[in-house]
Amino acid sequence: MSEDINVKDGLRESATFDRTTMAEIRRAADTGIYDIRGFGAKRKLPHFDDLLFLGASMSRYPLEGYREKCNTSVTLGTRFAKKPIVLDIPVTIAGMSFGALSANAKEALGRGASLMGTSTTTGDGGMTPEERGQSSKLVYQYLPSRYGMNPDDLRKADAIEVVLGQGAKPGGGGMLLGQKITDRVAQMRTLPKGVDQRSACRHPDWTGPDDLAIKIQELREITDWQVPIYIKVGATRTYYDVKLAVKAGADVIVVDGMQGGTAATQDVFIEHVGIPTLAAIPQAVQALQEMGMHRKVQLIVSGGIRNGADVAKCMALGADAVAIGTAALVALGCNHPMYDEEFKKIGSAAGFYDDYHEGKDPAGISTQDPELMKRLDPVVAGRKLANYLNVLTLEAQTLARACGKNDLRNLEPEDLVALTVESAAMARVPLAGTTWIPGQQF
Amino acid sequence: MKSINLAEKTVRDLNQALHEQAVECTEREWEVLEPKGQHNLACGLDQNLSVDIKGHAGYFCAGMNKKAHVTVHGNAGQGVAENMMSGTVRVKGDASQAAGATAHGGLLVIEGNAGARCGISMKGVDIVVKGNVGHMSCFMGQAGSLVVCGDAGDALGDSLYEVHIYVKGSVKSLGADCVEKEMRDEHIEELTALLNRAGVDEDPAQFKRYGSARGLYNFKVDNASAY
Repeated sequence: MSEDINVKDGLRESATFDRTTMAEIRRAADTGIYDIRGFGAKRKLPHFDDLLFLGASMSRYPLEGYREKCNTSVTLGTRFAKKPIVLDIPVTIAGMSFGALSANAKEALGRGASLMGTSTTTGDGGMTPEERGQSSKLVYQYLPSRYGMNPDDLRKADAIEVVLGQGAKPGGGGMLLGQKITDRVAQMRTLPKGVDQRSACRHPDWTGPDDLAIKIQELREITDWQVPIYIKVGATRTYYDVKLAVKAGADVIVVDGMQGGTAATQDVFIEHVGIPTLAAIPQAVQALQEMGMHRKVQLIVSGGIRNGADVAKCMALGADAVAIGTAALVALGCNHPMYDEEFKKIGSAAGFYDDYHEGKDPAGISTQDPELMKRLDPVVAGRKLANYLNVLTLEAQTLARACGKNDLRNLEPEDLVALTVESAAMARVPLAGTTWIPGQQF
Repeated sequence: MKSINLAEKTVRDLNQALHEQAVECTEREWEVLEPKGQHNLACGLDQNLSVDIKGHAGYFCAGMNKKAHVTVHGNAGQGVAENMMSGTVRVKGDASQAAGATAHGGLLVIEGNAGARCGISMKGVDIVVKGNVGHMSCFMGQAGSLVVCGDAGDALGDSLYEVHIYVKGSVKSLGADCVEKEMRDEHIEELTALLNRAGVDEDPAQFKRYGSARGLYNFKVDNASAY
């Protein structure tokens, strides 16, 4: 229950019908339509904060910080691709579309990622020259909507990511409302200006995993087997989805947990569909291990990654790399307090703004308004993103060294314990101070 | 003419040889023998080639075609000419579902029947089908034209954007927001040109035109029952 001065007077707020719930009921009654918004899940979920590292003491031998090396590079796509992607750090930028984001924001993402030797990813709007120009390593998303999809761009990519689902909305498509559809966005998507853009929830030309295997072969044929093919799934039935993705021929699998962000979809989707990122990783790793493909098919995890501890925990649970979306936008300046007054004018506040679909973002990131866009300097914002990526990496290295590891990928589940029964069960690591992993024999 | 026999060579060999023509086009005419329904034949072409596939093709034949003229002398599997950008793909027999899916340009001619979801999410391609098309054809079609000389199945043009649909035969049912529209002179002209380009001898005056009522272009709660 929230803090309130009225509590002193004996007033009691309902835990079931709290003020947020009642406000949503009133909003629904006024408008007759569900809430569409951006950002990720806002409810409290079991997350990486519920895990702790066991630093080395007697039974493990730590490495010296600032002196002994801890490798951060990772190679993705070693299974079939002639040219796997080599990332200097295991943190990559998740797919976010031009259209949802401004061209300046996309350029800034490319600049920041390139400064750190990592990749960025296109999105529903296709590939922009700014993005390709500034991204030393660019992953081209092959999405259900196929907006802006063309073989020339496919051949310019360093990897192809077949998107089957997104953590914020597994099973659902997106909705870019007409007010963000400028001439350029409309042209790239072959739709009239000002018309709502529905991003489809499924690929139009195949209907199951057997078809997907042939589709992947087509993409390989078109690109002469040069670049890795990723498959991205929203975290739900992760164990089975990963197994099918491996069978279909993926080089890399991206699992996006329910804390993953989005540009715009129904609030009910964001908050009530999918499973937490923490719960998805062990399922994915188990599937890969059972197939003898762990580390052969690389695993990227995304959905709510915020700091180097989150990165290190993902890798300890078995990921090869992580992807960030919302955190990258915050690093660029999303929801920045300097725009608080303007956020208030549009009925929000700094730190709370999630109406990306309305195109009025004062920070100039999730907008197509040319005046607002100018507020984001892609060079400065790119530098901020690079700084943030650097901090994530340094933090993860610090934790790895403390666990005695000279490579981030040497982190292992044994380095972790859980603070709660729920997180212990989901992450499949013991409850702190015990050897008990709920659901497993001991 | 360059000939590749898929009883002796692989699909990879075929596609690599065709892709190499994009750099320096030394052989314009190709024939593919004994395809035996293999998948991903002649996909990703990027040169003004003529490719004759002498038999049946599997899934995604001529996928993402650009500039080339591909003829399948048989039936084609799912997703023929998917995401085509330009050029021509002609199927002498029948085509399975999702023919011409998401294609941005060029001309797809199917001399037999097409399965379900022909032209799904099409984005500028012109498709001419001499026979019938299956259900949900042109679903979410954005741009281009679909000509059906036979009959159309259920939910034709569901959630349509700006595609022009012409059907000579019967339509089992129209999808959400798809309506029959007046056939004006400019449409007769457009249809005549499409039939001529496809080499199909039909009378344009016999066709009806369908398109979007544009009622669902922007989400309104009052339209919720239509979804």
